[in-house]
Amino acid sequence: MATTETYRAPLIAHATDESPSSDALRKSWEGEPGIRGWLSTVDHKEIGKRYIVTAFIFLIIGGLEAAVMRWQLAQPNGTLLTSEQYSQLFTMHGVTMIFLYALPVLSGFSNYLWPLMLGSRDMAFPRLNALSYWVFLFAGIFLYCSFPLGEAPDGGWFNYVPYASRAYNPGPNIDVYALGMVLLGVSTTVGSINFIVTLIRTRAPGMSINRVPIIVWGTLTASVCNVFAVPAVSLAFFLLWMDRQFGTHFFDASAGGQPLLWQHLFWMFGHPWVYAIVLPAMGIVSDALPTFCRRPLVGYTAVALATVMTMVLGFGVWVHHMFATGLPAMSLSFFSAVSMVVVIPSVVAVFAWIATIWTGRPVFTTAFLFFAGFVLLFVIGGLSGFMTAAVPVDWQLTHTYFIVAHLHYTIVGINVFAVIGGIYYWFPKVTGRMMSERLGRWSFWVMFIGFNVGFFSMHIAGLLGMPRRIYTYPGGLGWGTINMVISLGAYLFALGILLFLINVVMSLKRGVHAGRNPWDAPSLEWSTSSPPPPYNFAVIPDVASRYPLWEGRLNEGGDRTSIDDGLLLDKGRETIGTTMLDAEPDVILKMPGDSLAPFWLAVAMTVLFVGLLVHLWWLAGVSTAITLWATIAWLWPQRSLSQIET
Amino acid sequence: MTRPAPLLFGGLAALAMPVAARADRSMAYFHTVGPAADPITRLGWGLGIISILVIVIIVALLLGGIFRRRAPLSQTSYEQLAVHRDAGGLSWIYIGVGVSIPVLIVCMVWTLVTTAAVIHPRVSPTVTIDVTASQWWWGLRYDNRDPARVFTTANEIHIPVGQPVRIELASADVIHSFWIPKLAGKMDVIPGQTNVMWLQADQPGIYRGQCAVFCGAEHARMALQVVAESPGDFVAWQDHQLSVSDAPQSALAQQGVTVFETRCGACHSVRGTGAGGLVGPDLTHLMSRSTLAAGLLPNTPGNLAGWISSAQALKPGSRMPNLMLAGPELSAVMAYLDTLR
Amino acid sequence: MTEIAVYPETLPVGSKGHHASGWWGMLALIATEAALFAYLLFSYFYLASHAYPPWPPNGPPRLRISVPGTIILFVGSITMWWGERGMKKGRSGQLMVGIAATLVLGTVFIVLQGFEWAGQPFTLTTSVYSSLYFTITGFHILHVLVGLVMLIVLLVWTALGYFDAERHSAASIGVIYWHFVTAVWFAVFFTFYIAPRLG
Repeated sequence: MATTETYRAPLIAHATDESPSSDALRKSWEGEPGIRGWLSTVDHKEIGKRYIVTAFIFLIIGGLEAAVMRWQLAQPNGTLLTSEQYSQLFTMHGVTMIFLYALPVLSGFSNYLWPLMLGSRDMAFPRLNALSYWVFLFAGIFLYCSFPLGEAPDGGWFNYVPYASRAYNPGPNIDVYALGMVLLGVSTTVGSINFIVTLIRTRAPGMSINRVPIIVWGTLTASVCNVFAVPAVSLAFFLLWMDRQFGTHFFDASAGGQPLLWQHLFWMFGHPWVYAIVLPAMGIVSDALPTFCRRPLVGYTAVALATVMTMVLGFGVWVHHMFATGLPAMSLSFFSAVSMVVVIPSVVAVFAWIATIWTGRPVFTTAFLFFAGFVLLFVIGGLSGFMTAAVPVDWQLTHTYFIVAHLHYTIVGINVFAVIGGIYYWFPKVTGRMMSERLGRWSFWVMFIGFNVGFFSMHIAGLLGMPRRIYTYPGGLGWGTINMVISLGAYLFALGILLFLINVVMSLKRGVHAGRNPWDAPSLEWSTSSPPPPYNFAVIPDVASRYPLWEGRLNEGGDRTSIDDGLLLDKGRETIGTTMLDAEPDVILKMPGDSLAPFWLAVAMTVLFVGLLVHLWWLAGVSTAITLWATIAWLWPQRSLSQIET
Repeated sequence: MTRPAPLLFGGLAALAMPVAARADRSMAYFHTVGPAADPITRLGWGLGIISILVIVIIVALLLGGIFRRRAPLSQTSYEQLAVHRDAGGLSWIYIGVGVSIPVLIVCMVWTLVTTAAVIHPRVSPTVTIDVTASQWWWGLRYDNRDPARVFTTANEIHIPVGQPVRIELASADVIHSFWIPKLAGKMDVIPGQTNVMWLQADQPGIYRGQCAVFCGAEHARMALQVVAESPGDFVAWQDHQLSVSDAPQSALAQQGVTVFETRCGACHSVRGTGAGGLVGPDLTHLMSRSTLAAGLLPNTPGNLAGWISSAQALKPGSRMPNLMLAGPELSAVMAYLDTLR
Repeated sequence: MTEIAVYPETLPVGSKGHHASGWWGMLALIATEAALFAYLLFSYFYLASHAYPPWPPNGPPRLRISVPGTIILFVGSITMWWGERGMKKGRSGQLMVGIAATLVLGTVFIVLQGFEWAGQPFTLTTSVYSSLYFTITGFHILHVLVGLVMLIVLLVWTALGYFDAERHSAASIGVIYWHFVTAVWFAVFFTFYIAPRLG
């Protein structure tokens, strides 16, 4: 009987993708074919692509919801939509964009890129990775199944009580939202845990903490945030669900419950969340912009620290969403001050980007255009936030279209523009083809002009006194013209997105073939083939600096990163585990292969929530039992993972 | 109703019309008209100007960085890097942060000063109004130390010019938000607690407000008006609201009382009759208001008849049902309501 | 492939103690669940601070079941620690005894909680306080139940001989989860049973 090996001094080898050892690696890491393989893959690259594609589908759906709303609002007294229809649309638009697009798309980027950037063969928990995707998909479907039944959530994405309580909202709409969010929270949490442990454990030797790309800092920060913040919103929704099903009194003002407790719990999650959906996107720009400025990022350490500081401070500002609720002036002043202080780390990032452009040599690719445009949109979004940080000014601006302008400049300007720029940048790596630069430039300018026309005008609508979340407005208030401009700008922006999507589809079929490093970029992922092989690296790289592929030209002297010489680790699926700060090897990690367990576990959990939604308690109970059983089966120690002795 | 009152009302309306035509149209707060809002407006302009300046500077830096002339390259740009060391450019960050911090500090101080200036009125308010926000209208109760001078009305607030007015906000159902942009910042109305704010108009006029927190089906149609008038006119208005209309003279209107008490009294009140419902707005002086249905329609006979017979067509989802009143019953009620001046 | 060298150190292979990824994963899980209880207790104190007296409406809950329960849970953590200590020396029998003892003590705790619940003068929907009481202690009981299932599974794995002195990360992971459950109980116990008595 073979004994499980306890210790090994691993081989260091010279190997490339063409070496015989790579054939063996390919066999170990390749997924199964067919439907079974599609359901059971744990390849982080597959999962990353799925996240991005699924998130974009939700983006398009959310965009269509917005397009219908903008038709209704383009003129006074619009009659396209009833109030209830409008309520469901604006609620689901928010839910879709904020929860089903903004974080998942960044999870997709990070899932795909992290192991390639960190010099690893996979994430720390490959099966958990698959689980987080399946639960995200099923939670999104769960939320959207309500739409065809005309029972989509309709209390706003922020879902304030008492309007969301059973007394004022007796249908299942809010229950769908509450349970869907708790289910989605499972996906977010396990995904975040995966990123944190991956960062701590599975970097290549020499990939010390001060050499990892900024997107890694951004996603790490967002993941730590999620671990601490998601429970607040899951709890809020759970307590609301309890109030609605069983008659508890958490938010019931008539019994001594507190409507403001909802707002505190929601925003204690909600504000850190908005940083979670932008910091990784800022990381995309911090990593990709330097490539097109032909120089390393200015102030790497400052930007990394600014990323962390933004999130730390971001936990201390949630009350700025509640400035008009009648809280004591002392507490308002504190949160106002912190909301101004949180501007400073963002200033660090903005000037790092500007300095990189100024002291570098810009190369005008489509990606560069998106990143340059991103800087301006980031600043505008940050400034409208800075204005609302002043408490008394917020008393005029809050609940108006000024805030709608602010949130779109930050979420679209920071997340969407960085993501699309990032897709232009990494598309060659993922697919092996270049996107069309010509169509890319058109898509940028149409998006940029459309977005600014549409959403800058929203600042003005807010200053003209137009409140949020109204399904129509009367004539005579001066809101008609500006709303028409907003709608036209929004449709132009949507056209730009369409051009981008056309570019993606066309380039997949007819794009110019890309080599390993079409942009001459510095980081590790550009050392692999395009697309990368299933095992990522023929040998684990040994990293010597922050910019492995630029070392020769940066004239730094010192060691060179070695790409073709390193730890081989070819006894099955293996990667190296290293120490937290300095990334020295300290364990050989055995990685699990493809498995159907994550898929079935996600199914069981979703059925559990369906049972809770429709009050079929026996179904919920059975699903719980299956969930437990599937988890135990998943965790059962395996010899192949060296979890059992003889 | 005594005889001078219609003249007074008519005169007031005549005076108010041009003002109404101007002031009622706008919820913009670029320019405000009272000390509860003016310091905020100044701070808002200041922050706005700073923001525009920053945008201009950033655009200049971006364009400068992109288009500035650089020494020509000997090889293609992809081969060569712009710098030979991973260094340089940090001074940009130092300068950017160094300039931003004093600006932020100044803004923080200015914010605190403004907050202190608007959080309380300089002098004690002479008028206190208990506002009860409901789905989708505003109940108003003018408080007074003398219980005989307490009265209830709805949707149209009158205040004396140049004097602070205290507003106590309560909710009958869900969260709303009370907002008259030209007079003060908004304050949310939260069930289970009473939020207090104040406002003041230093110029006479009619100022529009609207509920600012999503509160359900007709959140978009929950407006209100603040009529600021001279202290003398305000006292006259108050006295008028405290009075009770005389019994109607015409037979049709007398029939209308019966129809009103039967069909409307369950939800609406008119002091001096058997109608005492508290679900909907008080209608004792309905015809003294310039709008109907929380600022939705001008108070004209045509609109009033339309509202009474089919409210759901005008404000779908509101608590006012389609009464399907027509013909003689509708005429009778209209004749009666016309006496509620 | 050209074999250039052998790495100068021998490295452990697979899940070994704190090298195991699962160890760090459990720490992160504990962090998120601890945050959940922090928000639950925040809700308690927020609602308490806005409530009309008396709070709790029926006075502070009695200690006669909850104090023994607390002690029992605490002893259960000690037996888990003792069991793992034995496993580190290669004594899987000691681990099994430790897990079994904790399993029994944990079950007793659940039974005591059942009596505590049954003996309350209120139900879930009586008041804000009662809603909080059953929900927060209920969340804790849920975590204990999951812990008990985990202990059973660990007992089976130990009996099957999966663990040895070097390789027992699943047991270590289970131990810190159980300590977490005990620590959370202290926070919940303090909030409900001690804080109201502190004037």
